[in-house]
Parts: sequence; C-alpha cells; structure tokens
Amino acid sequence: MIQAIVFLPLIGALVAGLLGRTLGHRNSEYLTTGVLLVSAVLSWIVFIPVAFGDGLVGAVVDEINHGAVLKIEVMRWVQVGDMDLRWILRVDTLTAVMLVVVTTVSSLVHVYSIGYMAEDPHRSRFFAYLSLFTFAMLMLVTADNFLQMFFGWEGVGLASYLLIGFWYTRPSANAAAIKAFVVNRVGDFGFALGIFAAFMVLGHIDFDGAFHAAPEAADATIRFLSWDFHAMTVVCLLLFMGAMGKSAQFLLHTWLPDAMEGPTPVSALIHAATMVTAGVFMVARLSPLFETSPAALMVVIAIGAITAFFAATVGLVQNDIKRVIAYSTCSQLGYMFVGLGVGAYSAGIFHLFTHAFFKALLFLGAGSVIHAMHHEQDMRNMGGLRTKIPVTYWLMMIGTLALTGVGIPGTNFGFAGFFSKDAIIESAYAYGGTLGSFAFWLLVIAALMTSFYSWRLVHLTFHGSPRDRLHGHSAHPDPAHAAVETHHEPIDDSNADDHGDHHGSAHENAHESPNVMLIPLYVLAAGAVLSGVVFYGMFFHDVEHIEHFFAGSIFVDHELIEAAHGVPLWVKLSATVAMLIGFVTAWYMYIRDPETPARLAERNPGLYKFLLNKWYFDELHDTIFVKPALWIGRAFWRGFDDWLIDGKITEGLGRRVQNVTSWVVRLQSGYLYHYAFAMLIGVAAILTWAITAGGLL
Amino acid sequence: MTFETSILSILTFLPLFGAAAILLVPGRDAASFNLVRWIALVTTLITFALSLVMWAAFDPGHAGFQFVVDSPWIGDSIGYRVGVDGISVLFVVLSALLMPIVVLSSWDSVEQRVKAYMVVFLVLETLMIGVFVTLDLAMFYVFFEGTLLPMFLIIGIWGGKRRIQASYKFFFYTFVGSVLMLLAMMAMFWNAGTSDIVRLLNHPFPPDMQVWLWLAFFASFAVKMPMWPFHRWLPEAHVEAPTAGSVILAAILLKLGGYGFLRFSLPMFPDASAQFANFVFVLSVCAIIITSLVALVQEDIKKLIAYSSVAHMGFVTMGIFAGNALGIQGAMFQMISHGLVSGALFLSVGVVYDRMHTRDIAAYGGLVERMPRYAFAFMIFTMANVGLPGTSGFVGEFLTMLGVFQVNTWVAFGAAFGVIFSAAYALWLYRRVIFGALTKESLKGILDLSFKEKVVLYPLIVMIIVFGFYPAPILDTTAGAVDALVAHYSSAVGLPAEPMVAVAH
Repeated sequence: MIQAIVFLPLIGALVAGLLGRTLGHRNSEYLTTGVLLVSAVLSWIVFIPVAFGDGLVGAVVDEINHGAVLKIEVMRWVQVGDMDLRWILRVDTLTAVMLVVVTTVSSLVHVYSIGYMAEDPHRSRFFAYLSLFTFAMLMLVTADNFLQMFFGWEGVGLASYLLIGFWYTRPSANAAAIKAFVVNRVGDFGFALGIFAAFMVLGHIDFDGAFHAAPEAADATIRFLSWDFHAMTVVCLLLFMGAMGKSAQFLLHTWLPDAMEGPTPVSALIHAATMVTAGVFMVARLSPLFETSPAALMVVIAIGAITAFFAATVGLVQNDIKRVIAYSTCSQLGYMFVGLGVGAYSAGIFHLFTHAFFKALLFLGAGSVIHAMHHEQDMRNMGGLRTKIPVTYWLMMIGTLALTGVGIPGTNFGFAGFFSKDAIIESAYAYGGTLGSFAFWLLVIAALMTSFYSWRLVHLTFHGSPRDRLHGHSAHPDPAHAAVETHHEPIDDSNADDHGDHHGSAHENAHESPNVMLIPLYVLAAGAVLSGVVFYGMFFHDVEHIEHFFAGSIFVDHELIEAAHGVPLWVKLSATVAMLIGFVTAWYMYIRDPETPARLAERNPGLYKFLLNKWYFDELHDTIFVKPALWIGRAFWRGFDDWLIDGKITEGLGRRVQNVTSWVVRLQSGYLYHYAFAMLIGVAAILTWAITAGGLL
Repeated sequence: MTFETSILSILTFLPLFGAAAILLVPGRDAASFNLVRWIALVTTLITFALSLVMWAAFDPGHAGFQFVVDSPWIGDSIGYRVGVDGISVLFVVLSALLMPIVVLSSWDSVEQRVKAYMVVFLVLETLMIGVFVTLDLAMFYVFFEGTLLPMFLIIGIWGGKRRIQASYKFFFYTFVGSVLMLLAMMAMFWNAGTSDIVRLLNHPFPPDMQVWLWLAFFASFAVKMPMWPFHRWLPEAHVEAPTAGSVILAAILLKLGGYGFLRFSLPMFPDASAQFANFVFVLSVCAIIITSLVALVQEDIKKLIAYSSVAHMGFVTMGIFAGNALGIQGAMFQMISHGLVSGALFLSVGVVYDRMHTRDIAAYGGLVERMPRYAFAFMIFTMANVGLPGTSGFVGEFLTMLGVFQVNTWVAFGAAFGVIFSAAYALWLYRRVIFGALTKESLKGILDLSFKEKVVLYPLIVMIIVFGFYPAPILDTTAGAVDALVAHYSSAVGLPAEPMVAVAH
C-alpha cells in the first residue's frame, strides 16, 4: 500500500510526461488526477488508524521507546565501505501526517488545475510535473536515511524549478525558476555538508543508526575547518541551513515571492502547502539530533521568529494578491520553526498540518479571483468582487478566518489556525528567557500584522467599489482575449499601473469559477474549519495523547508542553487580541477611511519604500553575491586563462622560441668567413676552458 | 588460447582489423563511404558486445588482475602483459560503449575524408583500450602517448576554424608533461629492474625518489585531467574539435589522468602522494570554484561545457587523494558518470551545431518550442551535470565530498560551492538555449531529433538515470580493487594522525 501511495504519482508523471502527446491532454489529466486521488485515499487509510485507532497498521513496535515504524525496502542504492544505503520507504506517525497533507492537497490541486489550466496548450506537461513533484515529495517524507531525504529534497527542487518556469516564454518566469533552484542550492550546500558531518560524527547516515548514536555524541567536539566546535551543533546548524533554503527563511527567502511567477495551482501546492514545509519536516524528523544541541535550537527559534516578523512587515504593503499570500506563507513557516525550536515539535507540525489546508485554500481562492478577473493580479485594480464571485468570496473568508486564527479562547470553538498558532505562541512564552520573550513578542506582533494584511487583502479584493474602472477599460472590450492569456499570467511589477489597460473590463466580466475548481476549495475549506479542533488533542492538548499519537517519531518535551498549558491568561489572549487589533485597523484603513494608507505612505516614504522593496534583499544579494561572482569569473577567464596562461606563458613561450630561432637563423648568413670566424671563436673558447680547467697544463 | 587469455587482446586489436578492412574499401563515392561507416559501426558494436561479455565474466570479488597474459616480448624486461582489475575494467567498457555512439553521431555530419576519419577513430579505440589493459610500463607509455596522434589529427583535420592552433596546443601541453613521465619511467625501470606493472605495484620505491617520480607523473596526468591551472588547452581543443572528437576527449581521454593517478601515483608512490595530497586538494578546489565561475560567463556552448568538465574533474582528483574508500570509489564513479554525461552533453551540442553551424549561445533561444524531445534530453543531461540525486552525476560528487570531508573539512567545504555554481551555470545555459520565446528567424525551421540522434542520445539518458538510482553495478565492480588499494595505501603511509571527532569524557 505504501508503495502504491509513493509510486502511483511517479507512474502518472511518466505516462503523462512521455506519452502525453499520444494520449491527449484530457486523458493525461484524468490519469494523473485519478492516480493521485487513489494515492490520497490510501494515505487516509494509513493515517486514520494512527489518529483514531490502535496505531500504524503493520508497524514494528520498538518496546524500549514505543516507536512504531513501518519500513519497506525497495532496492539497494549506495554501498561503499561501511556505508550501506538503500531505498527504503519509512512510515511512522510523522510520515503518515505528511502523507495525508501531501496527497490530499496534491490531488485537490490536480482536480483544480483541470479547470484552471483548461486552455493551456501544454497541459499534459503541467500535470506530469505536478505528479513528479508529488512523487519527489513523498520520497522526501518517507526517507529512511539522509541521502534519500536529499534525493526528495532536490527532486522537489527540480519540480519546483520546472513549474515556476512552466511558462517558459516569459523571461521573468525563467529568472524566477533559476533563482529558486540556485537559492535552494545554497541551502543544500549546508545540507550536504551537514550530511557529511553527521556521517563523521555519528558514523551512520541512516536515521535509526544516527538517532541511536546521537546521545553518545552529545558531548563530542569536531574539528570543522580550522576550529573545534561542539559536534552536534555543527551538524544541526549545517542541516538547518538546508531547511532555511527550502522553507524560505530569513536571508534565504528571496526566491519564494518570485516563485509566484508559476501558475497559481503550483503556488498552492508547492509554495504554500508542501514543499516549503519540507524544512519544518526535516527538523521535526531529526528532532533526536537537534535535541542534543541547545545552541542549534536557539538559532532555529531566532531565525523562525525573525522570519515571521520580517515577512509579515513586507506583506503589509504588497499589491500583488499572490505575493501577499506568499509573504504570509514565509511568515507562517517562521511560526512553525519557532514551535520546533522551543521543543514543541508537535505544535510546529500541527501548524504545518492546519496551514496546508487554509493556505492552499487561500491560494486556490486567489487563483479563482485571478481566473475571474481574467488574469489580473494587482489588488489595486480589484474591489467589489463580493457580488460577482460570491462562492469564492465566502471560501476566501473561511481561509482568512483560519489564517488569522479566529476563535474563542478557552473553548473549542475556532478555526484551524486558532489552535495551532496559539499553541506555538504559548510554547514560545513557556520556553522563557530572553530568547523566549523575544520570540513571543515577535510572533504576537506578527499575528497582528497577519490579521491586518489578510483583511486588507479581503477588503481590497472583495469590498468597496470596483477600481478597475479608473483605468481605460475600453482597450480590450472583448473578454475572449483571456483565452490567449492563459499562457501569460501577468507579470507582477510594483508599478503595475498599465495593467488596467489590458484588463479594463475585467470587473464587469468577472465570473464565478467552474465546479471543478470550486469543489477542491470546499474540501480545503472543510479542512480549514475542522483540522484544528479535531486534531488539537493529538498535537498539543494532552501530553499522553501526543506521546501515544506520535509513537516515538518525534521528540516530545513533557515539561514544555505542560508549561505551555499553564501560561498566564493574558498570554493565552494575546494572539486573539492582536488579531482583533489587526482586524479593526484594516477595517479602518480600507473601509472606514480608504485614504489612510496613501496618507501613511506619504508621511513615511522611507519606511514605505523599505517595506515595498522587501527590505532591499534582492539588491543586497545582487551586490554581494551575483555581481562579484560574475566579475571573478570574467577576471579568471580573460585575465588568468587567456592573458596570463595562454598569452604570456604558453604562446609567450612559443614566441620566445621563435625569437631565439630567428636569431639563430640570422647567424646563418651563408658567408664562409662568418662560419670560419665562429669556428675560430669556438676553438679558442674550448682551448681557454681546457687550459683554465687545468687539464692541459 | 582460452577466453581468459584472449579476450583482452581481441578487444584491443579488433578495432585495428576494422581499420584495415576500411582501408581495403575502394572508391570515393557515396556507396563506398556508406560501406566504410557500416564497417566502423559493426566493428565497434562487436567490440562493445565483447567488452560486456568481459565485464560479465569479471569477478569483482577478486581484487587482483584478471584475464592476465604475461609473455616475453622485447628483450628480457619488456613483455606483452595485459590484464584488468576493478579500476581499469570499467574504462574498457566505457571506451567500447562510446565508440559506436560517436560513429553513429558522425554518420551524416562528416562528409569529408570519411575513410580516414573512421580509420583514425578505430585506431584511437585500440589505443584507448590498450592503455587501460596493458600491464607493462613501456607499453603503457606507447599507448598513452599514442592516443595523442589520432586526436591531434581529428582536431587538426576535421576541426573548426582555428583547428591548427588548437591541435598544436593540445599536443604541446600533453607532450611536455609526458616527456617528464618518460624520464620517470626510465628511473623506475633502473630502480626496480622490471617494467612489469604488477611487480612495480609491490616494489617499494625509496621515499626521496618517490617525490621526483610523483612530480614527473603528476606533470603528465595533471595536464591530461586537466587540473587547474593546466587546463587552458581543453576549452580550445573542445571548441575546435568535431563533435565526436569532443565526446571521446571528454569521456575517455581526460580519464587517462585519473586512471594514471590510481594506477601509478597512489599505489607506487604512496609516501609522496600523502605528502602532496594537500597540494592536490588546493588545485582541486581551485578547479571546482574558479572554473565553475569561469563557466558562468562563457558565451560559447562548448567552452562552457569544457570548463564544467574541468570543475567535475576537480571532484575526481580530490576524491582520489582523499585516500579512503569513499573518496576513491566516488572518484571512479564520477569518472564513469562524467564519461556518460559529458559525452551526452557534447553530443547534444553537436545536434544543434549540425543544424545551425554555430556554438554561440546568443544564437539560440526558445528551442523547446520546435524541439521538445531535444529539450527533454538536454534537461536530463543538464541535471546530471548539476549533480541532481537520481542521476549518475550525484553519486560520484557525493561520495568524493563525503570521503574528503573525513580527511580535510576545508576541502569539502570549498568543493561544496561547486554544488551551487554548477546549478547556476548549467541552468543559465539551459535557459538561454532552450527556454525563452522562439523569436530568431533562423531557428523557426529547426527540426527535432532525428531517428539516429534518438538512437544515440536515448540510451545515454537511460544509463544516466539507471546508474543514478542503482549505482551498484559500477560500485560493486570497483569495490574489491579499491579496497585493496586503500589498504595498501594506508598501510604504506601509516594511519592518519589525530581523529577529527573527539569524544569528551
């Protein structure tokens, strides 16, 4: 069954990819979507006994630590010396959770794409990529060793690259695709070194071996580069660098907003629900290693908290509907890392689980808006869509309520985000110390901003009056041009004033999406409402329940979770209060007095520009990394290789030889007396030498 | 003559018979040219089939040489000695595999002097297989140097505009290195009294002498690999060479350097190797980082791939001188994998070069529109070049870095930058050639892969992916010999000083 879950998407991808033209688009779509649905159903069949029954079916139970693991060997991989790596599908509770998340969201995105991509001439290729991505992601979550995880890790990176650059005629999409891959590779640089270090310190790179060796290595030191470090801290920080790249954390986040160049279903699947959470999954999976290094965990907390805050500030001022959600994703991933870092691994995974539903819902809802607006993405040109697309409106409302964490504290009434986000904020407070309060306050402020930008999005898009009239909307009165443009979702640029020209009549022609796109949204909306309340017990509520549910697949810190439940009342209320403040502010600024934002921007131009330009990280990276790299490349090519080695040494040597020979040639004048003279000199020289050397006298 | 004693000689000299047969074909018309092509193809295919039979009969559990022939030949010392072990056997198979591929790839593209062309390639095959199977020092030198001549002719006759200069530079660089190697070989012969490689492998050379011998061999192999900064001839040779020449050059001839390090430097001069390991590491990391950056700014497709070859060879030298099983196995795997991947990349360049007659990256763009199959194949090769897990390119890079990390973390740290840069230059190339809008008039009529091109490229795709997921056939073959080499090396050098992981008590 596990094999079916993992390999069905691969089969779908291969068939649709290689035989897509023969089968036709329709058949490719149905095939890939069909096998993904089967895979999703099977995942739930695996998951339900874990969540509500006696645990994983067929698992081998380890009596010592109550770990329940199911392993299926597929084939050999790399065997060298003592290292024995095999392709093994490993399933435990953590994996089962991920299986459900990945296959559910993926199958829904497949269904949705049948509608969304209906007019694209390369649909079978698109579906092949989606299925390929799902396969790689499943390999990642079922990995039994570091290397297989790395395979999945890079595999999802490849699929992400292909899908971001799916509309390959657009330069911006190509640039974004390369950027995503290369920035991820910067993270993988750390990941790879982390694997090498883990092998050296722990002697194993299969998970079980490494986990068993970890406690003994907790005090070891390692000589890394030229200094001695605490070994496990080095290992964990290097591995975490990989997580930072994949999960778009602070400093390595720049690729994620640009990745919105891809088709919207891709953003929902890869850049919100699944791939970007791989870093979170990795840290949770390796929790036995991270627990041996408090220093590494502190870095995880700090990076997570800073990302949550930073991304939220940028999200406040973005105008592209997808970019707002992208920064929101970045910010929510920061929350998850704080959860992991403080030791509440289950809370981090809980947020991953709920976030997958409501963020996919928001993205696909945004896709529905974009679809309705004939591929308009700039929120400044939207407004008043509530009456035009009521179903999408209400679904987006549910997503927003879940993201902002609406609920009644102290009760079991609330949307998904309410449970998981509050769990993390409480855990951060319970962690205590300077770092704990730092993280706590940043997360609360981020919660306020989350609420603000989410409601801003809703107000700008659905409420108020349509703003696209302001632009010349007679340019394209014929809505049929949208069909052509399926291939060209508009490029975001911050000065997108000319967008209105192309989509002038968008509002009037706005239409509700077909059912094939709405049904996945209903399912996700159900998840956004229910996933919090139903699974709260297993992930956070009760320590015994958490232990039983996770069955040794992650580290459970009893004290911290008890402490998180015992935090003062104001802490429990803080997130809700922040959410309410954000809501009221957004209402005031965009409904009550819509001139406020412009006024604020005018009064603080520096801050506004700083946020709008995303803290200038792209420019910074360009100046520090990209330009010097190209300069060094050119210098070594033209300067070192061509000028020095080739011009001066190789060919220079050749020319010296030519010079010398030309001198020799000049000596050969052909006159007999020249030669005779030379001979005479020679004889004289030899004689002189012989005499002075003392041979003859 | 049994199978055991004849198979290697047959493999070596069969291509020569093919060459002789071609010389007997009369006429210069199209029909006789076709006959020539068929003779070359059939000869190379039979050789390839026999090499597979030999590989199947090879016993990987046995660390020593197999299929050995040892008979006196010239005087008392120089003998006709052949044999293969786990280190050389796969190079024989790789050489035999690539020959039919290059013959097919030149089927239509070479129209001038077809007869001479095929003869030269078949002679080259004999020399390449010879260099890997010979177990005599003198014969090794003859084969090693011999490969220069056909390649010199291939570049000089069938090459591009600046072919004469490129071929002379190629000859000059490699020959200067080899002369030093010849001197060292004579010194070895006088010291050990034999030219039998098997006996030389067990002959302890005095440490003082090892240093000079090592340096002399290094001069030859470092140029051949090529290691930074002795690489300048390679981009030029690749750019001017015809497609088939580039394929053989990148896939086989570069491997002579790595093979030489494994056959001579490491086992025969272990003390010197340990002494010079850091020197090699520095050059390897320079190769990986600097040539990757240089590749990033190239404007010529072939030059870019040539520079990326230099960077990938950096992983090989780094792995070899790590001196442990992981590093050397990784280096072996990387060499085989690079043979497939770089060969495939040069063949891919050949596909578009045959159509457009330019290697200028700026002349392309948007090829996926007209050539989806080509775009697919090129994507796989690009990803293998980048070292994506699941392709053969990954296994070697990973193992060499894992191996060297145990020895020196700085080196692994530096080499890991290759992971980033290779992605940058390879994807940037792919984006400029394949993606983008197809706007250039000249490209509008370009055709997708022909049947012959599919026959050439698709098997390479399959092998690259299969060995990425299941590298066992290669790793198992090399394991025995590499383990023996590592044991020999570490016992000669003595164990490394202090462990880098210290457990505090």
